[in-house]
Amino acid sequence: MNRELFAVTTFCSVHNIEQSFIASLHEEGLISITIENDNEFIEEDQLHDLELYTRWHREMGINPAGIDVVRHLVHKLRNAQNELNSLKDRLRYYEPGED
Amino acid sequence: MAYIDYYKVLGLNKNATEEEIKKAYRKLARKHHPDLNPNDKEAHIRFQQINEANEVLSDPEKRKKYDEYGENWKHAEQFEQAKRQQGFQGGGGGPSGGYEYSGEFGGEHFSDFFESLFGSRVGGQRSGSQVKFRGQDYNAELHLSLRDAYHTHQHTLDVNGRKVRITVPAGIANGQVIKLKGHGGQGVNGGPNGDIYITFVIADDLKFKRAGNDLFSTEEIDLYTALLGGEVTIHTFGGSINLKVKPETQQGAKVRLKGKGFPVYKKDGEFGDLIVTYNVKLPANLSEKEKELFAQLRDLNKK
Repeated sequence: MNRELFAVTTFCSVHNIEQSFIASLHEEGLISITIENDNEFIEEDQLHDLELYTRWHREMGINPAGIDVVRHLVHKLRNAQNELNSLKDRLRYYEPGED
Repeated sequence: MAYIDYYKVLGLNKNATEEEIKKAYRKLARKHHPDLNPNDKEAHIRFQQINEANEVLSDPEKRKKYDEYGENWKHAEQFEQAKRQQGFQGGGGGPSGGYEYSGEFGGEHFSDFFESLFGSRVGGQRSGSQVKFRGQDYNAELHLSLRDAYHTHQHTLDVNGRKVRITVPAGIANGQVIKLKGHGGQGVNGGPNGDIYITFVIADDLKFKRAGNDLFSTEEIDLYTALLGGEVTIHTFGGSINLKVKPETQQGAKVRLKGKGFPVYKKDGEFGDLIVTYNVKLPANLSEKEKELFAQLRDLNKK
């Protein structure tokens, strides 16, 4: 686990988003917030997801509850794609030349 | 380089309001967003077009300039030679190196049309998915042969002039992704660097088919070995195996050789199985003597 911390206030100001958005993501259990000396921080390992959710919010207008739903569906979609790819790999054994 | 009708891209009229532009952009983004369409290159391209249209039409200054000069962009005073993005492109290595990778260690592309009208946007000044904090993640493909994937080996990648050395563990799967933390684009405003995601693409092998950790191959044996038994030598990635063929082995019979398959990823010394299918080759160009003997065999079976 990488323990490098980034201030929530810095993240919000560079991304021009409300701190309440981060708070709702936290409430939905989508990210965790670390509190040190009364200040809120995000661990480096969380930044990728946090920026992803911020993008979804800005570009598609998805709220935190919707983000949770989308996150699950994308996860399912990726698993299904992986399964499909491995099945295609297997199928090639029975149907050489077909791709 | 062609004129791009940004209104058409978003399905709007020229007199669309700011609110209508935002709505149209979001509606299309929800459909084509690359995060929601993983591994869909067409959606990715479509989203870039939508993003570019939004970049222009949602910014009053850019929109004004586009409306004024758009169709006559070639005469715009601000014409700038479109600078090529300095991102990495295309396959290093080549066939002699045994591998190649393709990918883009760079940012999002704007069209030449956009760059001619508004200048090159290298440096990430975009309002869309520009880098504001954490550096950009890069994606690349590394192509390996099945033989390469059998052994743990090292590769050196050239990422925008930097050399990045990676170890590819034996048994890596087709389509598997490895993350190189902190090797992506540089962070800004005190943010950390992005990562590199390398997707492995393993080419089909002529002799062996792979399913998970198991390997499949077809071995030819002659009629006499199939009928009377004998030995056959199989050349695998791990070396040669002498295999005893049982008497009266049937055409298409399979044998499973435990632990002679593909190495299990990150589990030293563990291997899948090799499944060999026998293909019995019947003799051809029979001599008179052989014909006579086969006729005797046939007659023997008639009785």
